[in-house]
Amino acid sequence: MMNFSGKRGHKFAESPVLKLRLPAWRSRLMALLILAGFGVLIGRSFYLQVLNEDFLQEKGESRYRRDLQITASRGRIADRHGDVLAVSTPMKSIWAVPADARLTPEQTRQLADLLDMDAKELSKRLASDKSFVFLRRQLPPEVGDKVASLKLPGIGQDREYRRYYPTGEMTAHLVGFTGVDDKGLEGVELAFQSQLLGHPGNRSVIKDRRGQIVEDVGSIKPPQDGKEIRLALDSKIQYLAYSQLKQAVTDFKAKAGSVVAVDAKTGEILALANWPTYNPNNRERLTGAQLRNRAITDTYEPGSVMKPFTAALALESGKVRFDTPIDCAPGRLTIGSATISDSHPHKVLSVAEVIQKSSNVGTAKIAAMLSPEQMWTMFDAVGIGRAPGLGFPGEVSGRLRPWKSWRPIEQATMSYGHGLSVSLMQLAHAYTVFAREGDLIPLTLTRADAGPVKTVPVFSQQTAREVRAMLEMAVQPGGTAPKARVPGYRVGGKTGTAYKIEGGQYVRKYVASFVGFAPISNPRLIVAVMIDEPSAGVHYGGDVAGPVFSRVMGGALRTLGVLPDAPLPVVAQNSQPTRGQL
Amino acid sequence: MVRTNLVLLLAILMCALGVVTSQHKARSLFQAIEAEQERERHLEVEFGQLQLELSTWATSPRIEKIAREKLKMRTPDPAKIITATREVSR
Repeated sequence: MMNFSGKRGHKFAESPVLKLRLPAWRSRLMALLILAGFGVLIGRSFYLQVLNEDFLQEKGESRYRRDLQITASRGRIADRHGDVLAVSTPMKSIWAVPADARLTPEQTRQLADLLDMDAKELSKRLASDKSFVFLRRQLPPEVGDKVASLKLPGIGQDREYRRYYPTGEMTAHLVGFTGVDDKGLEGVELAFQSQLLGHPGNRSVIKDRRGQIVEDVGSIKPPQDGKEIRLALDSKIQYLAYSQLKQAVTDFKAKAGSVVAVDAKTGEILALANWPTYNPNNRERLTGAQLRNRAITDTYEPGSVMKPFTAALALESGKVRFDTPIDCAPGRLTIGSATISDSHPHKVLSVAEVIQKSSNVGTAKIAAMLSPEQMWTMFDAVGIGRAPGLGFPGEVSGRLRPWKSWRPIEQATMSYGHGLSVSLMQLAHAYTVFAREGDLIPLTLTRADAGPVKTVPVFSQQTAREVRAMLEMAVQPGGTAPKARVPGYRVGGKTGTAYKIEGGQYVRKYVASFVGFAPISNPRLIVAVMIDEPSAGVHYGGDVAGPVFSRVMGGALRTLGVLPDAPLPVVAQNSQPTRGQL
Repeated sequence: MVRTNLVLLLAILMCALGVVTSQHKARSLFQAIEAEQERERHLEVEFGQLQLELSTWATSPRIEKIAREKLKMRTPDPAKIITATREVSR
């Protein structure tokens, strides 16, 4: 202000500077410079507001707008009745941004208590120079809430899921398990990964200073939870199969074993149990043997359980009838340089008795009436050498060599189940042709709600019925598996006692198996049992696998509510002995 | 002229206040729905946990153990089983 009047005492308008005669270009230059300055400013603002608009918009939005992810959970896996076999529950993971997490010793102690960690360990982690550290993962949500209520700076939490398997080791092989990030690693978890997986949604919101959501902006993408998979499995039958298998493996000091139960009407897999198994909820220290789903991924030479197929083919092609006599004496048969023998020599047996008493010689003689091509076609038709097509990881197809390379001795051994290999699941599948009216039904892991499926006819109805009668004889007195009988029901089935091959040589180790179905009058259920290397004295399929079959089948038929079709033995002491047979 | 302006000014003030109140209402409603959705999520979590608990209690081995040991139940002798069919009930 003072300067207007100035120290020299003259008025501003009379300033001597104004009186100077300055060259005109100086003022023009100034005007030009100022104009240029304006030009630059206008250009810059044009650049920011029009050309490069997004940048500032984004910067602005980032001050208040937040993109949130909405987590989606993985689908459940349930059995046919809806009992949960695998379920995801939300857990919390607690993380820290060490640079922001400046906690007082008291706060550190509180947090360590909640996380069940050592306070020293916690402060060490908080002192790390990383920009982000997980403090603890997979914590129960209540703990997460408590941590949140401490309102600690730099400590946050995320929602994540943990998979639980309430049935544990009982269904481990079928259900499988997931790894990190909900990725299915085994079993159904892997096979149905794409359906089980949930797709997270997201939304953009405006948050206020206190971090509360004020409003939604833009569109919301809702999360899609994974689909629930309803398996065909029946928990009760599965439990029966599992507990009986476990018992048998222990009793017979076997190495391993499997049980498969299939609904003959629908092709649904009602039970699939393997031993040894593991607990999918706690997978530290797993061995390969525990993980193996033997019923599906392991093949073995089935042995005598294949005999009914040879007999059925001979019946079908009209080479033999049910009661055609086959001379099995003297219990040995030499083909080329090799000799086939029976463990118990027989004399003349009918075709039915060959199956009932499981004569290798008799079966080889029946097979000699058939051409290799015929046999191959039949084996192929019932699914030998082809994966069952369940979509299950690691499904094997077994081995069936092309018929052109069969030598006569091989054709003979294949007729009783040596020289070809199958998985237990394939065997159970193949037996559907006998349990049904000669047609093969595709197997399914999931509940078959879609109605009847297309079946492939292999044998005639007549053949299937005759083979059923032979298989029923096998469990009756004089057969190989009287121990497989089920009280109250007519059952049929075939034993198998096969030598194992080690290093290309047959060794004195056995695989005992039994495949059968019931009730004979209208078969509903197929149960296949395989016990690997029983070593407690007995090793015959009828003695080792037969009782397992009997107990699983009996319990399962009761569970399914199948009417008994066999007359019950009348017990003298029973006061009302005949009521059950009315 | 002045009167029209005054009326318009008044009208615009009313509108402005209306916008403010409705915005406030919208936000409080929004917060309410957010809170409800949070509750829904919590209930869902709880449901999942209860379901897990249920299926853990209801596993077959446990049922069998209780039936056999505590309730002393056993499978009846086949001869003592009477099958009721529809024909019998008639």
